[in-house]
Amino acid sequence: MIQTDIAIVGAGPVALFAIFEAGLLKMRCHLVDYLPQAGGQLSEIYPKKPIYDIPGFPSINAQELVDNLLKQAEPFKPTFTFGERIESLEKKGERDFVLTTNLGTVIQCKAVAIAGGLGCFEPRKPEVVGLDKFENGKGINYMILDPEKYRGQKMIIAGGGDSALDWTIFLSSICSELTLVHRSEAFRGAPDSVTKVMELAKEGKIKLLLNTNLLSVNGNDKLESVSLKNIKTNEEQTIHTDHLIPLFGLSPKLGPIEHWGLQIDKNAIEVNTDDYSTNVPGVYAIGDINTYKNKLKLILCGFHEAALMSHSAYKYINPGVKYTMKYTTVNGVNEF
Amino acid sequence: MSDIKIHIQNPDGTLSTLEAPTEMGLSLMEFLKASEYDILATCGGMALCATCHVQVISGFDKLNEATNDEYAMLDTLPNITDTSRLSCQLRLASNMDGITVKIMGDGLS
Repeated sequence: MIQTDIAIVGAGPVALFAIFEAGLLKMRCHLVDYLPQAGGQLSEIYPKKPIYDIPGFPSINAQELVDNLLKQAEPFKPTFTFGERIESLEKKGERDFVLTTNLGTVIQCKAVAIAGGLGCFEPRKPEVVGLDKFENGKGINYMILDPEKYRGQKMIIAGGGDSALDWTIFLSSICSELTLVHRSEAFRGAPDSVTKVMELAKEGKIKLLLNTNLLSVNGNDKLESVSLKNIKTNEEQTIHTDHLIPLFGLSPKLGPIEHWGLQIDKNAIEVNTDDYSTNVPGVYAIGDINTYKNKLKLILCGFHEAALMSHSAYKYINPGVKYTMKYTTVNGVNEF
Repeated sequence: MSDIKIHIQNPDGTLSTLEAPTEMGLSLMEFLKASEYDILATCGGMALCATCHVQVISGFDKLNEATNDEYAMLDTLPNITDTSRLSCQLRLASNMDGITVKIMGDGLS
């Protein structure tokens, strides 16, 4: 079990700055993020994009800002759990909390700061009835974790983006039969992958179905076949397969946070702007995930929220203890 | 006045018409959001997330050509149509006057 002062849900820029602000008040932080690295959207979606509205930086690349925030947080020895999602948030005793991830990691803490941005990025699912019947190892997966699992198997990949093309190329030599299904009549992704996929289709190494939609998934205990429809000719066909991998990118979802007893408005957590506390004492929400009157989803606003959250969390964790705010110019940064 | 009309096809098939300003440099995504349509626009308008996907029901040919980045992002979607666009890549301008769109992207709920 991990023990810390503040458990931070998320590891984006606002979460990273919260480590620094909490550290100035001698509180330790543990961060949990579903993504495999720190930085949130900045590292995952737009690492190379310049940001122009960080005070003091006329222009800074997103990844550079993340690297700087990590460096700034370093003196306060933050700890991280990546690739896991917090499933539950429960009270422990009078004031403490216990958080548990989807993989069973348990974090005990004295306060919680939810800095989850837009929530968790989950695979986008096509609108086909009964997909969920074959999830959990019964033939339908939305990510390819272990390609070896598909050796000698029949497989259908659906999608037309880079990941669908790249996996098709990679798996074409592993699967016994591979069909790529795409809704459009052309691919407009990376030209190299498109050429390679077209060659594989020409050589008969894969079956390529363009202008084609998923119609239904069929089988009893496990997936046995997928029915498809050509949207130009309306022709339908059913292909026997062991696996179907829909690869339609990622979309953010609030996820389990919805069930933690917090007041939610349109996918965001309502907070009191005095200190960015939620309706549950000791639980705060900062950054893009919170909402209040005149909220601006800006990194710089999140930084401000992190500072106020830290001071309030200090009071929550240390009831009755008097303290005064000290400037870093006076006190410096006293590392742990 | 440099306002243009944008028609929105609602989920029930009915049409709503909005007056959109062209002088503010807004994208269609930003305008739809400001008009309180349920549109996520995760990446804020960089053609990086495809959550502001719209199907252009009429007036598709009047629009500026999509960039390769926009096409590549559209191709990742399960519900792409022949007249799909990312609304964040459509800057409100006179060429868009009278187009009809249907919001296809991931909503807030």
